[in-house]
Amino acid sequence: MIRYLYADQLDETPKLRDSMFRDRAWQFRQRLNWQVNVDARGFERDQYDDENPLYVIHQLADGSHGGSMRFLPTTGPTMVNDHFLDLTNGVAFKSPLIWECTRFCQSPRSDAAARVSARLMLAAAELGRQFSLDHAVGVFDARMVRVYRAMGWAPELLGQQGEGADAIGVGLWEFSRAPFHRLNARAGVRDGTAGRWLRQAFQSAGQVELIA
Amino acid sequence: MQTKIVAFIERLQQVTTFDGIQRLIEQLRDLYQVEHLIYHSVNSAGEPYAALTYSLDWVDHYLEQDYGRIDPVVLGCYQRFHPVDWKRLDWSSKRVRNFLLEASDAGIGNQGFSIPIRGPNGQFALFTVNHRCSDEEWLRFTDAHVRDLLLIAHYVNQKALEVERGTDRLPDQSLSPRELDALTMLGMGKSRGHAAEILSISEHTLRVYIESARFKLGAANTTHAVALAMARGKIIV
Repeated sequence: MIRYLYADQLDETPKLRDSMFRDRAWQFRQRLNWQVNVDARGFERDQYDDENPLYVIHQLADGSHGGSMRFLPTTGPTMVNDHFLDLTNGVAFKSPLIWECTRFCQSPRSDAAARVSARLMLAAAELGRQFSLDHAVGVFDARMVRVYRAMGWAPELLGQQGEGADAIGVGLWEFSRAPFHRLNARAGVRDGTAGRWLRQAFQSAGQVELIA
Repeated sequence: MQTKIVAFIERLQQVTTFDGIQRLIEQLRDLYQVEHLIYHSVNSAGEPYAALTYSLDWVDHYLEQDYGRIDPVVLGCYQRFHPVDWKRLDWSSKRVRNFLLEASDAGIGNQGFSIPIRGPNGQFALFTVNHRCSDEEWLRFTDAHVRDLLLIAHYVNQKALEVERGTDRLPDQSLSPRELDALTMLGMGKSRGHAAEILSISEHTLRVYIESARFKLGAANTTHAVALAMARGKIIV
């Protein structure tokens, strides 16, 4: 299932938290060879994880991490504005209607990578729809563009640095173009499932009718 | 409505005092024809500031009872950055239900929509629209206005920060040459398609440049952004 969790909620699910940061180390340090920090616990974490970002996480049946991405509003500190202006023509994106998406990650333990990717994309699309966002600006493994395109929702690539495995891309997604039908099909879920994921995350269990 | 919002934002930009912000919050309440509008902020030193339309009796009572510690709106929005409809919050505990009854007696409506704002250095603010109406009406209202409210909430916060530090404008809002190019093209009357072609970018990228420039300029919409950029001498057409 898909979880939407702010960083300060991760401690409620230690297994999910630990496996996510370890999978990030595996993906970004070992597989992609990006210049990222891995701490003594084997976690790949950076300064933006300390900004209380919102994580969209695919949780596997055993409770561990199957894949994830990280969102921050561009009205505050973001990786793309701090480190990748040379890939955006010098434009620092700032708007409450534009969120940054980084650290798109997949677990090596997940045996259905394409489906997990599709579910994460679908969960991101739902996030944009429910919170009235216009765009996401992303920093990603440049080779993932092919995967995003196959799902029918490719980012517009603004710039790219490096070659091959460690190539990093910066691109823009337009939420109004998210192909929900296609993402649902690829994710193997019915229409309305993503809305339920989001409601479960953001609707309190004890909600009652307000007194009129 | 857009014309009124542009006029409101222009007035907001002229404001230099907290009293001025308070008056504008009242005007905005009237503009949206809702029961209440509330902006409150806690700065990095923990000092609170509020501009709101609740009765002073209610505000005193709220502070006296330290309701901030149980208020589901505060608890549900603190450290968050997504907009929150009050219906999604947890109002079930007995203490909270009592609080809600008292709030209702004090004229607070049954519907609310709150926008959390993260400012610089740990500053946090909450911008809330409150109203008394049915769920259907409220859904129509929030659907129609959420995007403008998101912007206005951030502009009000920015203004409150400016007034607090007594500076004209916050730093770090500079427009890049590409954003200025995009605004210049539109200011010259070129279509988005043509402007994008001249700048060798896609129309989609152009839209994102313009959205970003609009927010940095504190504008209500594209036309307003172009006008402000011209008025401030940032572009010449």
